[in-house]
Amino acid sequence: MSKIEINNVYKIFGPKPHDVLEMVKSGSGKEEVLEKTGHTVGLDNVSLKIEEGETFVCMGLSGSGKSTLIRHLNRLIDPTDGEILVEGTNVMSLDTEKLIDFRRHKMSMVFQRFGLFPHKTVLQNVGYGLEMQGIEPEKRNSVSMEKIEAVGLSGFENQFPSQLSGGMQQRVGLARALATDTDIMLMDEAFSALDPLIRSDMQKQLLDLQAQLKKTIVFITHDLDESLRLGDHIGILNAGKLVQVGTPVDIIMNPADDYVEAFVKDVNRAKVIKAKVIMKPVNEANGIDKSNLIKVQEDQFIEEFLPQVVCTNSNCEVVDKQGNTKGYITNKELQHSLTKS
Amino acid sequence: MKEPFGALSLTKVCTMELLKKNKKIFFNIGLLVIFVWLLITSYSQSKRKPDNVGELLNDFSWLGGKWPKWLDLPLMKWINAGFKAINEKYGYIFEAINNFLLYILMLVKNFLIQAPWPLVILGVVVLTYFASGRKIGTTVFVGFCTFFIGFLHPVFWQKAIETTAIMLIGIFLCVIAGIPLGIAMARSVRTRNVVLPVLDLMQTIPSFCYLIPGIMLFGLGAVPAIIATFIYAVPPLVRLTDLGIRLVDKEVIEAADAFGASKKQKLLGVQLPLALPNIMQGINQCTMMALAMVVIASMIGTRGLGDEVLLGLQQLNVGRAAEAGIAIVLLAIVLDRITQSYGETLQERTSPAKKEKK
Repeated sequence: MSKIEINNVYKIFGPKPHDVLEMVKSGSGKEEVLEKTGHTVGLDNVSLKIEEGETFVCMGLSGSGKSTLIRHLNRLIDPTDGEILVEGTNVMSLDTEKLIDFRRHKMSMVFQRFGLFPHKTVLQNVGYGLEMQGIEPEKRNSVSMEKIEAVGLSGFENQFPSQLSGGMQQRVGLARALATDTDIMLMDEAFSALDPLIRSDMQKQLLDLQAQLKKTIVFITHDLDESLRLGDHIGILNAGKLVQVGTPVDIIMNPADDYVEAFVKDVNRAKVIKAKVIMKPVNEANGIDKSNLIKVQEDQFIEEFLPQVVCTNSNCEVVDKQGNTKGYITNKELQHSLTKS
Repeated sequence: MKEPFGALSLTKVCTMELLKKNKKIFFNIGLLVIFVWLLITSYSQSKRKPDNVGELLNDFSWLGGKWPKWLDLPLMKWINAGFKAINEKYGYIFEAINNFLLYILMLVKNFLIQAPWPLVILGVVVLTYFASGRKIGTTVFVGFCTFFIGFLHPVFWQKAIETTAIMLIGIFLCVIAGIPLGIAMARSVRTRNVVLPVLDLMQTIPSFCYLIPGIMLFGLGAVPAIIATFIYAVPPLVRLTDLGIRLVDKEVIEAADAFGASKKQKLLGVQLPLALPNIMQGINQCTMMALAMVVIASMIGTRGLGDEVLLGLQQLNVGRAAEAGIAIVLLAIVLDRITQSYGETLQERTSPAKKEKK
């Protein structure tokens, strides 16, 4: 069973969404619906599965419905039609009380513009989720301090959010989400408002934390490099439709349509593609010049061995961790894989 | 037996459906019916109508020139009748309200009047000091203003206290009614649509229109003044409470929701604290408007600084009126500084842009 399962979800914004639903279901596009009825299609028949412990990145340009999608998971927005299952429970079936309980214990969320409480100190902000869970102040504070330390903000716990820089504020947001110790973390363009250096820093911090905690993370971004770096799987949304779901390599090597292709066009492939993806297996590798081989690990990114290959003008032998030969990459294929588009 | 019942319920369901679908049309038809009914009743109740309706159709002179005398809505009669009925039937309720408010007023007034005047000034100074976030300048200024109220004329001290007591109770009523109403408005669009026109009405209707009925219900004196103060001063508080809550950053509200805050936790823990600077601004506005009511209220026999102004004008004693006017301004400054600076202190903490100056 998947951790999160979304089945045929539609979301239409406007005064009478249910009247328009049939039209959307019969295949009318976003523009057509807007023109004819004045309703905006937020999500159009979205179905996806997110497995436990993975980071699922949802990507798309602004207006593609990605923020709408993530808000369906904890029902900050209710779908017009469809089913959302979290750990097998249909989120739509929860009444107010159960929904509050669900939000307190199952999911936490990080926001694009941080969503911190300006009238609470860093410590109180981080402890907010715990406060909602009804945990005693002493325990709450000790857990909060732990998380503040984990994100590297020790010494700032009694400051107000307005006294911190953007990067620090988002660390508070991250610590607040971590404090409740929920299995699922929703991150809505969490790093988009930060400048590139701090963003890269935060991405690393998230990867480090995730390596220890193994949470299920749903991450929203419009930045392809970010999604390639963080995501185990990536889903690409366009005009409310999910156009492709796959691993980062899938998306880059086999873009499903022009939209995805335009997205991945400028990406640095050498950073994303691993040796094992482009190698030819041993039994197909006839006629390769094996006189001048460089050994590479199958999990190495092209970036890591590219300079060596180019300088010596040689071919590669791909090996696994035990040192067994798995396949070969010729110099030409390597160059081809980097420029293919 | 079953058939007619089934058919009946079916027609019922059908009408309900019809009603729901064409809500707007039915609403407009309803308004039209009311209008026609008003026309007919006012015509039939009019004493100056022609003997025969037919005359109106033969002679169209009533369409030109003056407004015809028979085309007259007898609203005055209806209100008078209603007012009389209320006064006779439910007079005891108003009397109870009257006694209750008078009792509290006396309590506040006597406390302030019996206290030695230096102690009252000291109290005001201490209050300002803490409300303004320990600003010495404001505190000293307010202290001097308070002193000058009595210094202008010894009588003014007691009058100012009488005025303040009426205002305090008026503002207290505004706060306990206005803030919950503002919250309700921020929560539901429907409530806002109902309340907004009422607020507009309260702000535009001339104050004498409710001062006089106030006298008839509560008698002369302080209580109708309190009621009038309430009607006049509550709208800005309601509006600013509503606005303050709606202006709270949407993402902050989403964050509270996402972490599972209940409606009550969200209101008390997030929305109200963040709307507080606006609410304090509302209380400040409320105070200023209440003070503006003081002079008007003196015309219905309310004692206080206002009646000094009135006396000065009646005796053509310009100096006396001006002196009393200045005392009112001083009182306004004192009250404004206290409420205003408290709002500012709050704002400094919650506004994200400002940083501590050091």
